[in-house]
Amino acid sequence: MKRYSAFAVAREALRYHTGWERAWRSPEPKRHYDVVIVGAGGHGLATAYYLGKNFGITNVAIIEKGWLGGGNTGRNTTIIRSNYLQDPSAAIYEKARSLYETMSQDLNYNVMFSPRGVMMLAQTEHEIRGYKRTAHANALQGVQTEWIEPARVKELVPIINLHGPRYPVLGALWQERAGTARHDAVAWGYARACSDMGMDIIQQCEVTGVRVENGRVAGVETSKGPIDCDKMGMLVAGNASHLADMAGFRLPMESVALQALVSEPIKPCMDVVVMANTVHGYMSQSDKGEMVIGGGTDAANNYTQRGSFHHIEETVRALVETFPMVSRLKMLRQWGGIVDVTGDRSPLISKTPVGNCFINCGWGTGGFKSIPGSGWAMAELMATGHSPLTEEFTMNRFKEGKFIDESVAAGVAH
Amino acid sequence: MLILECPYCGVKAEETELAAGGEAHLKRFGPGSDDNDFHDYLFMRENPKGVHFERWRHANGCGKWFHAARCTTTLEVFGTYAAQTYEPPQEIKDKITAKRPGWSWREFSDASE
Repeated sequence: MKRYSAFAVAREALRYHTGWERAWRSPEPKRHYDVVIVGAGGHGLATAYYLGKNFGITNVAIIEKGWLGGGNTGRNTTIIRSNYLQDPSAAIYEKARSLYETMSQDLNYNVMFSPRGVMMLAQTEHEIRGYKRTAHANALQGVQTEWIEPARVKELVPIINLHGPRYPVLGALWQERAGTARHDAVAWGYARACSDMGMDIIQQCEVTGVRVENGRVAGVETSKGPIDCDKMGMLVAGNASHLADMAGFRLPMESVALQALVSEPIKPCMDVVVMANTVHGYMSQSDKGEMVIGGGTDAANNYTQRGSFHHIEETVRALVETFPMVSRLKMLRQWGGIVDVTGDRSPLISKTPVGNCFINCGWGTGGFKSIPGSGWAMAELMATGHSPLTEEFTMNRFKEGKFIDESVAAGVAH
Repeated sequence: MLILECPYCGVKAEETELAAGGEAHLKRFGPGSDDNDFHDYLFMRENPKGVHFERWRHANGCGKWFHAARCTTTLEVFGTYAAQTYEPPQEIKDKITAKRPGWSWREFSDASE
């Protein structure tokens, strides 16, 4: 792999950009791999990358039904934060956030990580108490967050309306080192690094069956023929239940649509991420100038990557009262992704009833921010059978009543 | 836009008139049941790519709960029916079978009748 650098840009400029090579290979699948990862989204590619980088396991195939990074990795609102209340979530999200800080150097691929700060508005007395509690919890967890008063909110976000018609802004939980990154670049950067380590990324290859023999996965049937493996990782987000069905076990999970939209590009007007969980809306400005807006999930099960229109209306209504200037913006695009939601709204990173099969899913509305941490932990779990980051995220926690009760803290889509 | 006909008042209600109530035909397990049954009842949701039975309430209308049969991959509605039943009426099952032969859902399926 040729490294990207300022020198490379200069060199290619002198020869009409004829020397750039493909970022990753597109090989035909081999008959056998040590590890087969199903799902070439951020989580799948990150898992493969850390399997290679941290554990030297490089005989790996990453199988993707569509194109890499085309699912929720390419459909989210690119927010990265780790201001969670519960210890297990704070640990894995903070691991992820810290890996994002050095990801561009690590992958030699510019993921445009922008630690611009994330602000979660408190608009009710309960939220004030909740966020102050989270700030205290974060201090103990080593996650840098602070409670800020309305005057500081206005200073950071001049376009905000502190005295909205329904809910005034009473303060905010502020994480200065949180921010955004280019979501496609995260998938592309990992894919390039995986391919460079000799891993095979096989796109447009749908898994049609999982061959289980004596309680272990022997291989998968795909649209490009059977592939054998010693270990299997399932990282397919909204399709997790469907894939688990093929392997013969069930998941405590439902798949629903989550939507986002972007406005026309405008001049820079907001250089932080603002989330307003009481009125259900969040917004940031992309480098292109578009206002990137995230909405809420639908209530009914859905696999179509399309959501209900009235949820967009709710989201935009919330933003208009929080940021009056939004009423003058034209919206350019709107889309949906299928998110997998568990009973306690926290992910599963777990061994499964099938011995050599591991699952990582249930990230619901908060998958992008966790990609590097999730991949790091999943790789450790798959390689060694144990990871301190995944201990609390097992499938058995529902049976044991050991929920990770984080939706209380997050409230809505995050 | 999802439109469901309320089987009680006959109104063709669009989504903002309705409140979703999750999976239908849950078999309830209470005190005295074993841990696995209780766990499955509480958390193991049916999450099929295809035919899905679910509860809805005509919240901004007559206020009553009813059931709907819907496809999660096409968003097609096969029909709605009253909630006071353990399984969908034969007429709904036939409608589903005509379009999705081989469908199944927990205890009942295409082949069950």
